[in-house]
Amino acid sequence: MLEIINLQKTFNPGTVNAKTALRGLNLTLDDGDFVTVIGGNGAGKSTLLNAISGVWKPDYGRIELDGVDITGMPEHKRAKFLGRVFQDPMKGTAPDMEIAENLAIASKRGLKRRLRWGVKISDRRQYKELLSSLELGLEDRLSTKVGLLSGGQRQAITLLMATLNRPKLLLLDEHTAALDPKTAAKVLELTDKIVSENNLTTLMITHNMHDAIKYGNRLIMMHEGNVVVDIRGEEKQKLTIEQLLQLFESSSGSKFTSDKVILSK
Amino acid sequence: MAFFYALPGAVAEGLIWGLMAIGVYISYKVLDIADLTVDGSICTGACVCAVLIGAGCPVIVAVLAALLAGILTGVITGLLHTAFGIPSILAGILTQLMLYSVNLTILGGKSLATIDPRMNKLLLNMSDNTSAIIVMAVTIAAVIICLWLFFYTEVGLTLKSTGDNPDMSRAQGVNVSRNKVVGLGISNGIVALAGALLAQYKGSANINDGRGAIVIGLAAIFIGLSVSLKIKPNFVVSLIGVVGGGIIYYIVYNFVILLGLKTDFLKMLSAIIVAIFLAVPYLKNEYFKNKKLIPPIVNEDGGEEDA
Repeated sequence: MLEIINLQKTFNPGTVNAKTALRGLNLTLDDGDFVTVIGGNGAGKSTLLNAISGVWKPDYGRIELDGVDITGMPEHKRAKFLGRVFQDPMKGTAPDMEIAENLAIASKRGLKRRLRWGVKISDRRQYKELLSSLELGLEDRLSTKVGLLSGGQRQAITLLMATLNRPKLLLLDEHTAALDPKTAAKVLELTDKIVSENNLTTLMITHNMHDAIKYGNRLIMMHEGNVVVDIRGEEKQKLTIEQLLQLFESSSGSKFTSDKVILSK
Repeated sequence: MAFFYALPGAVAEGLIWGLMAIGVYISYKVLDIADLTVDGSICTGACVCAVLIGAGCPVIVAVLAALLAGILTGVITGLLHTAFGIPSILAGILTQLMLYSVNLTILGGKSLATIDPRMNKLLLNMSDNTSAIIVMAVTIAAVIICLWLFFYTEVGLTLKSTGDNPDMSRAQGVNVSRNKVVGLGISNGIVALAGALLAQYKGSANINDGRGAIVIGLAAIFIGLSVSLKIKPNFVVSLIGVVGGGIIYYIVYNFVILLGLKTDFLKMLSAIIVAIFLAVPYLKNEYFKNKKLIPPIVNEDGGEEDA
């Protein structure tokens, strides 16, 4: 269970460029929640994910995961509990290393790394099986450098790496935004499959309202550093984009503006 | 003819600098840090080894002490960079400057310490280039095997990923700061080992020994990788290539001396070699690229993509 209490963050405080990204945000995720996050420009979506993953420390507030306070824990330590996929397909994998080596590093996330051989033959067999489940034809390319793969293939591998050791929380930061529509749809299907198969607690930022409604059991909308809409269960299943926009306007008092959100039906 | 007489010496010295270049490869290529500590740490290795041998220490102990001293210099640079937030290039410069004082102290305030090859049983010396080449080849083989074994362990893989993609490494629970300290320690340990062997080869350690070492190391890396990456782009082949680069560098160096270039200009030559290797890929990309217009991305339904 993830519990975020009164989280606040201002970038460049005391300067003309000061930007308050989170204004006392509260959010509780139950185990197995698959939450889609949507919001306009500068709503604080990525800031929220970065705060949870520890890219920097918040100014105020507390983040607890299964009762453990992780607010001040260094990024590499809390990685033990978190699986992360970034928007930039270049960010989640080491390009100059083989697919198998990338997976081997991920397979030891949260565990003690020793002076034992990094990629054993039995590991390769396991990775091959996992890769074939992606259905991207990567199972025979274990020794290929990841840098030679396409953005979609890299995101699929990053997804695999994020979930290889079951994380307590999976953080997806617009992980399909940089992909072409067809590949994006495929990676999303894969995400949904992995999340439901492993019953992962997930926070997924998306710029696509249609996807935000289609996937997950709960939807939150952010505006100016706070959660303004929080819909779950049956109510979410029946939601339409028009209703969502109305809800946003009535609760935030402003029109929904974003240069990225796709109002696809 | 004179060139062929100089060849064994060039190969022996090239092997020593090739070993040093392996150390530079660890920082520059694996960790993606241009570490200027090496100019100081190679000299530290030479000084520690020469002074200890002069004091009657067994040669092997002197070499191991030099190795440890080198590891320590790398760790200091690593801590300046990671624990105190100093940019890596500046951290290296600071350690290098500190080491100048340290090295002078080790030499007892003098600028030179000599080792008499007739009084001590050295591992190698320029009086016998054939055995020097054999000793260096064995040492380098041992170092490459150790590095190969280490960099393919669970820990070693994360050292590679630390330089390749620090964001990914942190997200996978890798302590990037600690890895940089460890990597710089290994790098400078190897560099100091090369320094210790260089002191024995030359029969002396000089306070100015390391000046420009980083540039020679980079030259060896660029020359070596330009060949080895075409053969097979893997870790061990790259390391062998780097050593080869060191040998080629010293053969060219000797050739240029024989052509009558004033030795004053040798450092200029090294720097120009490195500058050319760094500039060529950039210039190729910037000026000689076939500048084709990129066609607009067209969606399946025929419309142009706007995102």
